[in-house]
Amino acid sequence: MAPKFVTWLDERLGLQGIYSTVFDRKVPKVNWWFTLGSASLFLFGIQVATGIFLSVYYVPSPDHAYDSVQFIMNGVSFGWLIRGIHHWGATLMVIFVFIHMLRTFYYAAYKFPRELTWLTGVVLLLATLGMGFTGYLLPWNQKAYWATTVGTEIPGTIPGLGPFITTVLRGGGELSAVTLARFYSLHIWFLPAVILLAIGIHMYLVIRLGISNIPDKDD
Amino acid sequence: MTESAEVSRRDFVTVVVGAVGAVMVFCIGIPAVAYLVSPALKVKKTEDWVSCGPLENYPIGIPTLFTFTRTQVNGWEKTAISYGVYVLRKEGDQVLALSNMCTHLSCRVSWKDAEVVYVCPCHDAHFSIDGEVVSGPPPRPLDPYETKIENGELFVFLKQE
Repeated sequence: MAPKFVTWLDERLGLQGIYSTVFDRKVPKVNWWFTLGSASLFLFGIQVATGIFLSVYYVPSPDHAYDSVQFIMNGVSFGWLIRGIHHWGATLMVIFVFIHMLRTFYYAAYKFPRELTWLTGVVLLLATLGMGFTGYLLPWNQKAYWATTVGTEIPGTIPGLGPFITTVLRGGGELSAVTLARFYSLHIWFLPAVILLAIGIHMYLVIRLGISNIPDKDD
Repeated sequence: MTESAEVSRRDFVTVVVGAVGAVMVFCIGIPAVAYLVSPALKVKKTEDWVSCGPLENYPIGIPTLFTFTRTQVNGWEKTAISYGVYVLRKEGDQVLALSNMCTHLSCRVSWKDAEVVYVCPCHDAHFSIDGEVVSGPPPRPLDPYETKIENGELFVFLKQE
């Protein structure tokens, strides 16, 4: 029996209904490939938590960015662990989100009525790659600087609009303090906001529509 | 569901998940707290004896300014702090070392030979050659440094701030 205060809370919040809708839904018999969505969500949670912790010491300014990262690695207890998890979690998240997409594609799970789930998934994949791209600049070391120089050069090859896009991405003609600040802002505000919104819609649709069967030979 | 003395599958899973969760919270929680708290716990030793050079460099009876800087590192940022010491060499090995920081609002005082006083430029405070307040708003005499002389070399003691 649930303790009295849980019953008291539930009468007012209706959490039991949410719980049973989210966790007690019926699912077809599926395999381990169907766990990749949850794994991606878990990794996103890890990235949010470690990212918030990194922001305690990181400074997005060319004067201090590199030194503040060194301070996190060598000066703060367990800073190496928090940054390490954020670093490897980012790589894993890209891999997991990508394999999750491949599974959806090969099982044809994107078809009616799940087209919108697929579309929000596309947004999530692109936003995840965007997080990787913007986060890569933040340590402000040689690799970060030149990778971003090349990365922002790429849209410059688009005929017509290209050079303009490069300038907007960099916030000027070349990489500068402005570039670092806007990549930081994208990394911790804009893209996470997009991802949270897209995850909300994505999960609402997964819960509302249920997950698809593994297609058999007749499908 | 039949009642039995054996642990049910559901209870087993609940307990295992709870236990693993507790271990995870512990393993993550300790580093997380340490991460946030550690810079506050690291006490930086700033107090030290500072050499002011050979005692002979200082004329007897005339306060002479000696300046030095110390660098303080706070995380990713370095700050240079400059100090000024007025060294008054008396007879023999007697030395009076005074901070040149006015005890009113921390402006730098300077020695005026003609008037035989230290004068603070901010509020025209006057201090005697021994650091006592002669006139003006300062609440206390100029702060003295502890001194020592080793092999004819003068040292002042920089206290922990």
